[in-house]
Amino acid sequence: MIEVKDVCFSYPNGVEALKGVQVAIQDGEFVAIMGQNGAGKTTLVKSFNGLLKPTRGNVLVDGIDTTKSSVAKLARTVGFVFQNPDSQLFSESVEDEIAFALKNFGFEKDIVEKRVTWALNLLGLTQYRKTSPFMLSGGERKRVALASVLAWDPKILIMDEPTIGQDYQQKEKLRQLILQMKTQRKTIVIVTHDVEFVAECNPRVLLMREGRIVGEGEARIVLTDLDALANASIVPPQIAQLFVQLSGLGLPKNVIDVYEAQRILLEKLGRTSE
Amino acid sequence: MSVFNGLKFRKVYSPIHDLDPRIKFIYVCVIFAVAIAYWEILPLIVLFLMQVPFVLLAGVKSEWLRSMRGAAFLATIIFLTNFVASYFSAGYVVTAKNVENATAMTLRFVVLVESFSAFFLTTSPDHLGLALEQTRVPYEFVFAFTTAVRFVPVLAEEAQTIMDAQKARGLELERGNFLKRTRNYVPILIPLIVSAIRRSLELAEAMESRAWGATKKRTNLYVLKMHKGDFALAFITMLVIVAAVYVRLYVAIPSVNELLRSVA
Repeated sequence: MIEVKDVCFSYPNGVEALKGVQVAIQDGEFVAIMGQNGAGKTTLVKSFNGLLKPTRGNVLVDGIDTTKSSVAKLARTVGFVFQNPDSQLFSESVEDEIAFALKNFGFEKDIVEKRVTWALNLLGLTQYRKTSPFMLSGGERKRVALASVLAWDPKILIMDEPTIGQDYQQKEKLRQLILQMKTQRKTIVIVTHDVEFVAECNPRVLLMREGRIVGEGEARIVLTDLDALANASIVPPQIAQLFVQLSGLGLPKNVIDVYEAQRILLEKLGRTSE
Repeated sequence: MSVFNGLKFRKVYSPIHDLDPRIKFIYVCVIFAVAIAYWEILPLIVLFLMQVPFVLLAGVKSEWLRSMRGAAFLATIIFLTNFVASYFSAGYVVTAKNVENATAMTLRFVVLVESFSAFFLTTSPDHLGLALEQTRVPYEFVFAFTTAVRFVPVLAEEAQTIMDAQKARGLELERGNFLKRTRNYVPILIPLIVSAIRRSLELAEAMESRAWGATKKRTNLYVLKMHKGDFALAFITMLVIVAAVYVRLYVAIPSVNELLRSVA
């Protein structure tokens, strides 16, 4: 469980990135943090694993104050996948890259081997096991970065912009992976601009603007609240836009799912969905 | 790293910032040469004090002090090395002369750092590039120079992100003995170098696609011109050269010890 208590954060250059954020993320919850550039999303999640220590207030991870623990220790519980995979890849092979964190955490050799194989398989990277990560494409590098974090099976997983540079198929795989982790009661936090991806996943959404949380709730409520979205500079998902355009038909609000939309529209047309 | 902070330019306006970078550069070089030409402590003290009004006039006192603090570590090493070397060569005795010499050597280093720091703190990279260009340095070199300067902060930021990313994977930079600690930096350096190379290739492509080097003869929007202040600084520079040469050739500079003794 992550508890953020009235957290403020200023960068050394004086930029106030967080201005009093108060939020609690329960175990097993799936949260998407959204908002325009510079709203403080990345700053907020970087405080979850102690990379940034709040200048005021506290962040508690499973009851442990992040200011009283090192990043390396917190990392065992909180996995963090950075936006740009190039800021972490350095090994000679994909295999070594994934094993790096496991070795840092002091796993036994045979367990490292097993975990690496598991993670490679999970993200469809087995064929690249011995390849240099620098030879891979952008999307593949991103998956290597994700695999290198998933390998130690952290209880909380934070992903900064996980869908950037991924084609639709990979996004779908990512969604399946998140759902699978949800059933294992893992906590997942993503920072994203990809409103369609969020609409498909239906997580709890936090809207941020200028260092504050300006809206939160279930995706189907938040992503159809046009005023709140405009305030956070987010365009509603396509289904929500469609339903606004068709508001003359007396359709319900709060629809972001394609299948639900289809059902409602067919009903309206007087046919039963097949 | 704090030494480099003292070299980081920040845009403000002051009479010193407005000076022609060419004259400023010559002035710094002259100070540099004079500091090398003297090994006595008194003229070095004079050189040191001469820079102070510049810094105050430019309003960069706090940054300048920071760079001086950053240089303190190296200065201590220089003092100790000189002191220990003279201690051995003088036959294992500490003499007042030895201490004075070591102090002079340290002061010489401090003068070099303070004048260069003052120069870089008050001269924008663009201005510097312009100065190089107008002294007929080929534009390719000028561009390489200004680009290198401009990318320093970008690289510093990137190094921070990489460190964060590796820490988030359980890397503890401060753990282990000296050798292990050095090796801990491999996961930081490799991504940093790779991304720097990648970025430079991208930059080259972006430049070419914007017709870099299409015209042989470039013109500039801004042209450097000498103003009153520049002539004043040129005059001061001349004075420094004349005084330095004269004193070096015709004046016997007393050491502080001799002065103290003659007073007593």
